[in-house]
Amino acid sequence: MGVEIKVEKINAWYGKTQALFDIDLDVLANHATALIGPSGCGKSTFIRCLNRMHETLPGARVTGRVQIGDLDIYKGTSATQLRRRVGMVFQKPNPFPSMSIYDNVAAGLKLNGFSNRKQTDEIVETALKSSALWDEVKDSLHKQSGASLSGGQQQRLCIARALAVQPEVLLMDEPCSALDPISTGKVEELIFQLKSKYTIVIVTHNMQQAGRVAEFTGFFLLGRMIEFDKTERIFTNPSDKRTEDYVTGRFG
Amino acid sequence: MSNQAVPHPSFGGPEPDSVAREQVKTAANPLLGFSGGEGADTAFRFAMLACAVGVVALLGLIVYQLVTGSQLSWHTFGWKFFGSSDWNPVEDQFGAFPFIYGTLVSSFLALAIAVPLAVGVAVFITEMCPGWLKGPLSFTTELLAAIPSVIYGLWAIFVMVPLLRIWVQPFLARTLGWTGFFSGPPYGIGMLAAGIILAIMIIPIISSISREVLTVVPQNQREAALALGATRWEMIRIGVLRNARAGIVGAIILGLGRALGETMAVTMVIGNRPEIAKSLFAPGYTMASVLANEFSEATGDVYLSALIEIGLALFFVTIVVNAMARLLVWSVTRGLPARSNA
Ligand SMILES: Nc1ncnc2c1ncn2[C@@H]1O[C@H](COP(=O)(O)OP(=O)(O)O)[C@@H](O)[C@H]1O
Ligand SMILES: [Mg+2]
Repeated sequence: MGVEIKVEKINAWYGKTQALFDIDLDVLANHATALIGPSGCGKSTFIRCLNRMHETLPGARVTGRVQIGDLDIYKGTSATQLRRRVGMVFQKPNPFPSMSIYDNVAAGLKLNGFSNRKQTDEIVETALKSSALWDEVKDSLHKQSGASLSGGQQQRLCIARALAVQPEVLLMDEPCSALDPISTGKVEELIFQLKSKYTIVIVTHNMQQAGRVAEFTGFFLLGRMIEFDKTERIFTNPSDKRTEDYVTGRFG
Repeated sequence: MSNQAVPHPSFGGPEPDSVAREQVKTAANPLLGFSGGEGADTAFRFAMLACAVGVVALLGLIVYQLVTGSQLSWHTFGWKFFGSSDWNPVEDQFGAFPFIYGTLVSSFLALAIAVPLAVGVAVFITEMCPGWLKGPLSFTTELLAAIPSVIYGLWAIFVMVPLLRIWVQPFLARTLGWTGFFSGPPYGIGMLAAGIILAIMIIPIISSISREVLTVVPQNQREAALALGATRWEMIRIGVLRNARAGIVGAIILGLGRALGETMAVTMVIGNRPEIAKSLFAPGYTMASVLANEFSEATGDVYLSALIEIGLALFFVTIVVNAMARLLVWSVTRGLPARSNA
């Protein structure tokens, strides 16, 4: 089941450059929330603060409070523990090329010390089914490497890999930007279905996509969150002039 | 330094060299009078081609010399040459087995010691070390590769061997003596000393190539592992080492290639006795060392020919090992996985 996310006053830096300024956000459980905004406005930085990936970069720093379910993630929670409950899908598909499809999906389970073969089989199958990849790969699970799939399949494999550890939250950073329209359609459909089980935060530069998959949308500009509301409202009747300019500028 | 025993004057060392130089000179001459234009370009291309052909011709000549030089020994002993342990110049009986054994044992011993250290250093430099330490640390490891091997030999004789004799070997004999690999009188000098000095000499090459291979592992692989909840060590294992393993194997084989041919330092500490003993404390002999030691005093034709045959075998093994390693490293740094299936 998904859990809710409460973000309070997040600030983030790369060395001396500040990339995020005082971001507050409440994400509802079992909904998809989209983050939009021009390139370089801090969407990726923000989403990477939610699973503490930001701090893995040299010189990067975060302050503020993030509560995910019962975890206060920057206080008394280890990053590895957190990341096992908050899955992430990256902009560019990044399956492990030296592992088979099966091993890719099972990678997170192995890290958890999970070794029951039969249960692993089941979880791998379920994860691949939820990511709508099962039918395409079920005959070559062990034969084919993760890297031999097409870009769209690789991204769905990465989704399956993230789902296999049964996270509560799924973070997606422009998951379709490297994909063709058909694969994009598949992934979007997937996001729609996954909402029933996970809380989803998705970064996208494509506003139609936000409209199709997300109930809520936040608009970022220059490291600040300008507006956050129901997606419909952001697109039809935003309260901030800058949001309106961005939204209409792109559509018109 | 690994092939210093090969170009002995008696089988025509200087010739290939001068042939190559001759080719380069004639081909490059037209270049001198030109200030530019197509003619210079053609001449330049021709000169380069001549150089390339010259290198290949040189290799061919070396093989030719080694093969013709070893004919006598080959006809006298046949395959038995490689299996026999009898090395008796007085009676013109020659068997290369102790040398082959010594080369293999000392080289693999060196790998066993060097690989964990070298890969550890490479991982430390690429994955863990603070930025300011990276440069100095890689610089120093690489500098180790530039030290002439005779210096390593001297250091081994004056520092390492006494340490082995007084501390390390008695300790090993006490704790692991029961295995049979660490028994007998602790001379210091012997197979163990050769293995350790070789290990020190091949650490730089293994670690610098491993480092190169680790650096080309894409950052997104590290992030993929971390995002799944991997600890730092797990991230290094599944996100980095696993992706780099073909290249690291290549680096290891390159190190092996160097160890197989290394002559000077080994000759100084291995004891130079054509014996086969289970204990690593015992003295041994390697193919490269016997060439270096005995070539100048090889009087009989068969004796000389037997030595050349050892040279041929060593040449062949090192060429094959190096070719394999280069291919592996090349396939990795070009981004082509040498094997895509797990
Ligand atoms: N690794 C990094 N090092 C330094 N600055 C970075 C790094 N990544 C991003 N930035 C900077 O942080 C700001 C926000 O970037 P990012 O979060 O990637 O934006 P978005 O995902 O919205 O395009 C940009 O100004 C960018 O230049
Ligand atoms: Mg981004």
